[in-house]
Amino acid sequence: MQTVSLNVYLLVAGALFVCGIVCMASKRNAIGVLMGVELVLNGANLNFVAFARYTKLGLDGQVMSLFVIVLAAAEAAIALAIALNFYNNHLTIDVDRANELQG
Amino acid sequence: MKELFSWLLEYGPFSVFALAAVGGAVAVVLTQNVVRMAFWLIISLGAVAGLFFSLNADFVGSAQLLIYVGGTLVLLIFGVMLTASGPFAVKSNSGQLVPAAIAGALLLAVIVYTAYQVSWEDQSSFDPRGAVIHGHNSPQDGNTTRPLGQSFLGARPDKDLGRKDGGLTPGYLLPFEIISVHLLVVLVGAAYLARTKKRKA
Repeated sequence: MQTVSLNVYLLVAGALFVCGIVCMASKRNAIGVLMGVELVLNGANLNFVAFARYTKLGLDGQVMSLFVIVLAAAEAAIALAIALNFYNNHLTIDVDRANELQG
Repeated sequence: MKELFSWLLEYGPFSVFALAAVGGAVAVVLTQNVVRMAFWLIISLGAVAGLFFSLNADFVGSAQLLIYVGGTLVLLIFGVMLTASGPFAVKSNSGQLVPAAIAGALLLAVIVYTAYQVSWEDQSSFDPRGAVIHGHNSPQDGNTTRPLGQSFLGARPDKDLGRKDGGLTPGYLLPFEIISVHLLVVLVGAAYLARTKKRKA
């Protein structure tokens, strides 16, 4: 039976990861930076699940990807709270203006 | 004919989901409007959930749909709405786009070159004759919900059944507890951080 090889999944995951990195580095909107973080975590997650399917890693990879999903939700909640606080204090969401953050 | 059908069944969904995932991610990078970025991110993350399903990870795919697409992205969209001041677009510096694209392409080339250098066949759980290696009752057939739940409770029948030396594989009970406390701390911390403060005059 034909199967998609592991390398193709790694290619897709690498593309997601690189898009996330570029997004984190180039966006000036703090929410955009958060979206880049989500993309990076998804690329890593796709790697975990692909290795769980194709190698001896087995179920451990899926467990790790579940941990990553939960931690990403927690990270998004905290980062969003910080972004809201920053917006309340500075009336902007531009990360270039965040050079003094003493509340 | 049967060959063609099986090939289509394997590669068709995969290529659709992979294209949607990568295309959505590229669109997130290229779009300047935050609301549209959120929309493309929904496309991309939903397609990644589809890739999880095609990797036979049914529970992880559902969790991705429920938590990421249903939870985290709604949170992000609320963040966009609560921090919107006038136009949604905070323009990136367009002079940075070309260096960013070049650096990203180089990074992708390094990652792909490295991944293709490694011979993953040595790590494969498949016997060359097609049988699954003994003692490793792998999640290749899907239906992973029950094994995942058992491994979170510390029992690993997927690794321990049929093991020759009769040993036990550690499960994930302690990390599970740590994650639970972590989520509680995050809940309290987010509520503390996001509350409206009275400004001192």
